[in-house]
Amino acid sequence: MERSLFGFILRYSKREQILILPLVVASMLFYFATLDLPKAIVNQPISGKGFSQPDSTMPFLRFVWKLPDFLGGSTVHLFEGFAMERTPYLFALTISFLILIIISGLIKLQINTMKGWMGERMLRRLRFTLFDHIMRFPLPHFRRVKAAEMATMIKDEVEPLGAFVGDSIITPLFLGGQALTALFFILYQHVYLGLVALVVVVVQTVIIPKMRRRLLVLSKEQQLTARQLAGRIAECVDGVTEIHAHDTSNYERAEISSRLGRIFLLRFELYQRKFMVKFLNNLLSQMTPFLFYLIGGYLAIIGRLDIGTLVAVIAAYKDLPSPVKELIDWDQQRLDTGIKYTQVVEQFTADDLVPQSQQELIESPQLPQQGLVRASNLSLVDESGSKVIDGVSFEFDMAQHVAIVGAAGSGSGDLAQMLARLVPPTNGNIDMGGVDITRAPEAVTGRAISYVGAAAFLFPLSIRDNLVYGLKHWPVHEVPYEGEALKKREHWLKESERAGNSTLDIAADWIDYKAAGVSNAQELEQRILEVLKSVDLEETVFEVGLKSAVGPDQAAGLMDGILLARETMRERLNQPDIKDLVERFDLSRYNRNATLAENLLFGTPVGKTFDMENLARNAYVRKVLDDTGLSGDLLKVGYKLAETMVELFSDLPPGHEMFEQFSFISHDDLPGVKEILAQVSDIGLDRITEDDRNLLLALPFKLISARHRLGLIDEALEARILEARRHFSETLPAELRGAVELFDPQRYNSAASLQDNILFGKIASGQAGAGARIGLLMRQLLDELKLRPLVLKIGLAFQVGTGGARLPVADRQRIAIGRAILKRPALLILDQAGSVLDPASQNRLLENVLQCRRGSGVFWVLNRVELAERFGHVLVLDGGRLAASGSYGDLKEGSEPFQHLLGTA
Amino acid sequence: MSLEQEVELIRRFPIFSKLPPAKQKLLAFTSERLTFDAGHVMFRAGDAGEACYIVIDGSIEISVPTPNGPLVVNTLGRNEIIGEIAIFGDVPRTATATTLSRVETLRISKDQFLSVIRENPDAAVELIRILATRLANTTAQFSKSLQKS
Repeated sequence: MERSLFGFILRYSKREQILILPLVVASMLFYFATLDLPKAIVNQPISGKGFSQPDSTMPFLRFVWKLPDFLGGSTVHLFEGFAMERTPYLFALTISFLILIIISGLIKLQINTMKGWMGERMLRRLRFTLFDHIMRFPLPHFRRVKAAEMATMIKDEVEPLGAFVGDSIITPLFLGGQALTALFFILYQHVYLGLVALVVVVVQTVIIPKMRRRLLVLSKEQQLTARQLAGRIAECVDGVTEIHAHDTSNYERAEISSRLGRIFLLRFELYQRKFMVKFLNNLLSQMTPFLFYLIGGYLAIIGRLDIGTLVAVIAAYKDLPSPVKELIDWDQQRLDTGIKYTQVVEQFTADDLVPQSQQELIESPQLPQQGLVRASNLSLVDESGSKVIDGVSFEFDMAQHVAIVGAAGSGSGDLAQMLARLVPPTNGNIDMGGVDITRAPEAVTGRAISYVGAAAFLFPLSIRDNLVYGLKHWPVHEVPYEGEALKKREHWLKESERAGNSTLDIAADWIDYKAAGVSNAQELEQRILEVLKSVDLEETVFEVGLKSAVGPDQAAGLMDGILLARETMRERLNQPDIKDLVERFDLSRYNRNATLAENLLFGTPVGKTFDMENLARNAYVRKVLDDTGLSGDLLKVGYKLAETMVELFSDLPPGHEMFEQFSFISHDDLPGVKEILAQVSDIGLDRITEDDRNLLLALPFKLISARHRLGLIDEALEARILEARRHFSETLPAELRGAVELFDPQRYNSAASLQDNILFGKIASGQAGAGARIGLLMRQLLDELKLRPLVLKIGLAFQVGTGGARLPVADRQRIAIGRAILKRPALLILDQAGSVLDPASQNRLLENVLQCRRGSGVFWVLNRVELAERFGHVLVLDGGRLAASGSYGDLKEGSEPFQHLLGTA
Repeated sequence: MSLEQEVELIRRFPIFSKLPPAKQKLLAFTSERLTFDAGHVMFRAGDAGEACYIVIDGSIEISVPTPNGPLVVNTLGRNEIIGEIAIFGDVPRTATATTLSRVETLRISKDQFLSVIRENPDAAVELIRILATRLANTTAQFSKSLQKS
């Protein structure tokens, strides 16, 4: 990357900058003309100079110049012009003036547009280059950088640089040209007035920048502190568990506050100085007209200057300070952005940047298939200079399963990372089937080797997308473009090229089916299901699938199956021993295991309209309640419920676990509810405000009679709610139909989860083990109906959330291992990848993975030594040295370091 | 049975009796009404104890595992409490509970019980007193049986 901003600008935008230049020159000519014309307008048609007789005429568009004396004083005749009388002449001149203004405006528009394009292209290039550098940072470099800082640098800090690129060369030329033109014009009109203007300009250009120097320093400091603030906030977010666990939130508050205080002081000083400079600037520019009026006026009185010239000079001068000021601004911006650029570039510079060639796109590289993995004399020195790996040599067959064991600090993890070429060795080399792993392009290492660490990262995509992530090396199937789309695509490509960006199409199908050993998407789906089994993830995905609500577009082909499952479920539930476990939805019966809201709607809300929280405020629901005379009764229930909640929960401290689990009212709302209750006992339920009414009315909707056992909904009330239920669906306005999916035994409900669709009811509370039994039943049923693959498919579409946070850590690791297996690497490296799993699951996972990798290489860093028994070859690492290697049996008998690890020595 | 009746029931047991009425009600509200079919194993000796059960209806057989198979030590019925030791701490179940008939219970979980006790030092002291008395009784019985043998 270029070290200086101007180096960067010149290198990538020289051509475009040069293209704008002619426009700048043209705009100067027009500018001069707009300065000159008013003089003629004031002097000739307005003041009457040259129109001494009523029928006098003047030539319009006469291009005759008398050259100044120092150029010889001759006259140049170009065109003698049209003869015009006084008033038409005024019109002609003023319209010419208007035209000139429009033309020069258009030129400026064009210049600005071109500048804008150029700036945006350069910004795009800069951002891309910075990101490219992140991609090429060697792994250890990431220990020194903060993710949040990098992101803000690329996102925010370089943005002004982009804007400046457009201004970098054109603006000084344009403004300088403008200032010089104005100055030249004034001098040309009158030397003394010109000299006055010159002096002021010189003062402005010398003094102001000096005062601004401190401003620069301040803004730089402010930038740095702000960036650190961003990093610090990100740290607090990442470390929030520690903060709560150690009660250090106030310490962190104080820390952030002190940073904010520093930023405040910096900004305050910055503003003070800025305004001072502004004041001086304004003063200087307004002093000059004073001099002009004084001197010019005096000269006009004694007849040494005509009024038109004075007006023109003042007009020209009005244009003089602003370009000069802007020029000074530009200069400051130049320094400012220059510094910013250098700072950013420094952050993104690493001496050991991975060479571009190593990450080049290779469609089908020659991958090592078989042979030996041979490491010779490997050493790794970490940042502190200590040897983490020291002269390790070994070899094994690529198809073998190798375990590596060692105590903490033995360097086994580093060795695994080196083998995966994530960390280049300081010394020694690794050869894999004849390929030098330390030098091979990533296209080889990233496809021949899979690496999974102890805390693998999942992208916030679906489970499926995370699994196939390891197959996206290059756009395998390009999207065909035609007609308009093709044109757009070509333009898109051209712009990407101009900004030095990647031209690969993100819309293409990037999945390398061949790498997964399949030929199309369908087969891949099958393969994914196999992988799910291998990493013990099938149950989880199945579970997730059952809990997903699937819209009709995705559920095609599934709906009939689900309805069949629902029907079969209904039949099974008729068996006497389980018939009480589920209370099915029945249009003519109140479901005591469902909320009152569900009973009223008799459906699943879609979107927010009929959301539990909004029901009481919903106009249509209110109308239904009023029409059926239920409002008053529900309000009474709400009142009693509020009383109970206040009684039960009011003396619990805020944040008490019971609030979330059991209370209908949050701790923050309790005092308000108490007030409402007090008011009700004063003025009665009928006279409380609308808001209070809504609050009380919202409470009963959450009631589940069977679970809450408050006895607030008796049979009479149930019957009335059933009536309201009928009324609700019968009078539901067309525009609200989309807001609720009504329960219908014959129809698939796309707003409810698959599980709820099959059950079409509620699991009865109070039946020991009901949930588990029903779950088992449902599984059996789906297997019988052969619906399992479809449910799995839906489960695979589950979004894992940021960093996979919506899944437990163990499942995240399973997905990561699945991702590594799916691409069928020649060597699968697992670096304590299963250590977060409980021992039993770990055993099962190990067994499954080894089974599915039979005949292909596995290199597994184990956290439990006894697991090494399942591997053909075992390496024992101790303090960065290879302490022993051999088969498990041999080592167990004869190797002291291994016995030590086993705890048998 | 309504919440009020459940509160009445809870109040009868010494370990809950010293709680303020609102807390007894809270405990009843947060507890779960759970029905077990006949022959259902409610918990096994050695399991982690998570809750105690107040028997509303039905009968339960309490047995301890011995090398010669399970030995029935007690049969519990209506208005009795089982598994309450578990909610005082992380003690594994000492016995196995199997339902003899359809059993209706009120399940009070350890977490809820502890969070109620945590807010009420008086109730905690009362609890300590009850436990101390029980310990004294057990010790006395133990020494008696030692003397006998």
